[in-house]
Amino acid sequence: MKIIVCVKQVPDPEHASMNIETGTVVREGVELMVNPFDLYAVEEALKIKEDLGGEVIAISMGPPQAEEALKEVIAMGADEGILLTSLDFAGADTWATSYTLAMACKEIGNFDLILCGKQAIDGDTAQVGPGIAAHLGIPQITFVRKIEEITDKKISAQRLVEGGYELISSPLPLVMTVVKEINDPRLPTLKGKLRARKVEIQKWGPEDINANKEKIGLSGSPTRVVEIFTPKLTKEGKIFSDDEIEDAALEIIKKQEEMGLIT
Amino acid sequence: MGIFLIKEKCIGCGICVDICPCGAISMIDELHKLTIEKKDKADKLAVIEEVECTLCGECVEPCPTDAILIEEESFEFKRKEIYKDVMVFAEQRRGELEEAAFELLAKGRELANSLGVELYALLICKNIENKPEELVAGGADKVIVVRDNSLHHFLPEPYTNILLYIINKYKPTIFLAPSTTQGRALLSRTAASIYTGLTADCTGLSVDEEGNLIQTRPAFGGSVKAKIITPNTRPQMATVRPKVFSPLPKNPEKAGEIIEETIPSEKLKSVSKFESWISDETSLISIEDADIIVAGGRGLGKEENFKFLFELAELMGAAVGASRTVIDEGWIPYSHQVGQTGKTVAPSIYMAFGISGAIQHLEGMRSSDFIVAVNKDPEAPIFKVADIGIVANLFDVIPALKEAFIKKKNG
Repeated sequence: MKIIVCVKQVPDPEHASMNIETGTVVREGVELMVNPFDLYAVEEALKIKEDLGGEVIAISMGPPQAEEALKEVIAMGADEGILLTSLDFAGADTWATSYTLAMACKEIGNFDLILCGKQAIDGDTAQVGPGIAAHLGIPQITFVRKIEEITDKKISAQRLVEGGYELISSPLPLVMTVVKEINDPRLPTLKGKLRARKVEIQKWGPEDINANKEKIGLSGSPTRVVEIFTPKLTKEGKIFSDDEIEDAALEIIKKQEEMGLIT
Repeated sequence: MGIFLIKEKCIGCGICVDICPCGAISMIDELHKLTIEKKDKADKLAVIEEVECTLCGECVEPCPTDAILIEEESFEFKRKEIYKDVMVFAEQRRGELEEAAFELLAKGRELANSLGVELYALLICKNIENKPEELVAGGADKVIVVRDNSLHHFLPEPYTNILLYIINKYKPTIFLAPSTTQGRALLSRTAASIYTGLTADCTGLSVDEEGNLIQTRPAFGGSVKAKIITPNTRPQMATVRPKVFSPLPKNPEKAGEIIEETIPSEKLKSVSKFESWISDETSLISIEDADIIVAGGRGLGKEENFKFLFELAELMGAAVGASRTVIDEGWIPYSHQVGQTGKTVAPSIYMAFGISGAIQHLEGMRSSDFIVAVNKDPEAPIFKVADIGIVANLFDVIPALKEAFIKKKNG
């Protein structure tokens, strides 16, 4: 079983900022972390490897410092890390990102499963996983909360959707995106950390994955950010104390009625 | 920019015909000379229908003789002007039309009116389903219905094939779907296939003088908002956050056309299969669909106390949400988690009981219209985003709310 896990390095939400000019994420000088959902993808990949054997290859597209994210998942137990890094990749939207990751998967070749987190917490799009599947022309199962059965030929898994769960089966290879409920990611072991320190992260540019240069980075991205603004985040709400509970309750219910929510 | 076939290289193998997601390539019988090694003539030739072709490029690489060329100084998409109307995806789940379909129709109506074009709805469903009229009443000029018993449940492959076929035939300039699990899975796959822009989870949509769709969406959990356009490719695709736009009042008198489309049966095939549906008994109203959410955190004290929230929710027709802490404690299933590693919600009213309001939680709920926070700690960050804050014991507040609600309801 050859499993590819896509990971993204994201800014820690408490210190995020964006370049107002280009609309892209400023990564310099902020705390960075592995996108939390991707850790569930890594854990699931490691569990499948433990059951069925094989290898887990982590890939990431990002600036050179994204190497740290790959080292972190190698410390968890991934076998290999490949960083797609080049100025030509910069400023990619979800189309160009999924194209780039798909081309890297093609270059790796002979994979059985591609695992992603359900979405990255900076962009919140959930578009890259299905995009990779489309570029590779393989099936997808998104928002997976539980794998019911997996063999080297096929999988059945439960998707977390509105109001319940869908059980979907599919032959491999496929792209699967996972939600938090699927597992509890392991912590890096000391041995893993030592290994991560030694392992060399391969660095691939557009030529290494035979990418069409017109389809990568900002120039290959069909969308453009034209404006970034910061909405007002705090409110001057009305505060009630514990001897005003009845008044507060009346006010809330009044609001509920005004909004047409009492029927 | 354009697509070209080098006739002298085409060996008539037909690989491109199978690969083309748009059905734009066919094979004709034509004897022609070749200029490649090993073969000097072929009796079949590929023909690319330019009107059908979206220049996605899927055929270029698989061609064994490099006979297909896409000239791409840039992917400036040409022929933008042939994409005209506004189309929305009318999501159904297990045969029921989603309210989001009507929200999109309302917004779509506004966009279509400002562009002076028609508003289409696309409904994909099983054979006997009598919903298209409702979509006309909700604002659509035309409803395209694609029926097959295999389409009762969403599956990415056939739904994407259908959408590609419809986009290719009707050429909408704007295509909207709700940012549900279904809408996101479908549009991501579709936009990747036809090389067009897709903006996720929009909370604002308008058109500028040039006809560009201005898509406003939150990023970083709502701490910034971005305006995004898709300048060169069509259709301009967006998923739209449910509950942000209000449906139009239903107008049963409204005239509209219902178009039953027949899709080539091979496009309905799916490698992945729908096996079964498992209802989440704790989410009879799911937090994504609810107008009101009552959410609990560590302040509830123990698992059993969630019953007070479930009672309040049942009374009000609300859904029950939860903070990460209590999910991790196992007090309530993950499907209820609001926040960064759970779900982002934006109901009309969000009531937080005993939730202190870590940034990760606030990011998942602060775009709710009206926020009520109940917490014993007056310094709790949740109060910073609340319209009404109550500094009190939540176990005193819940009964007071129930009482006030019952009184109001009984007049």
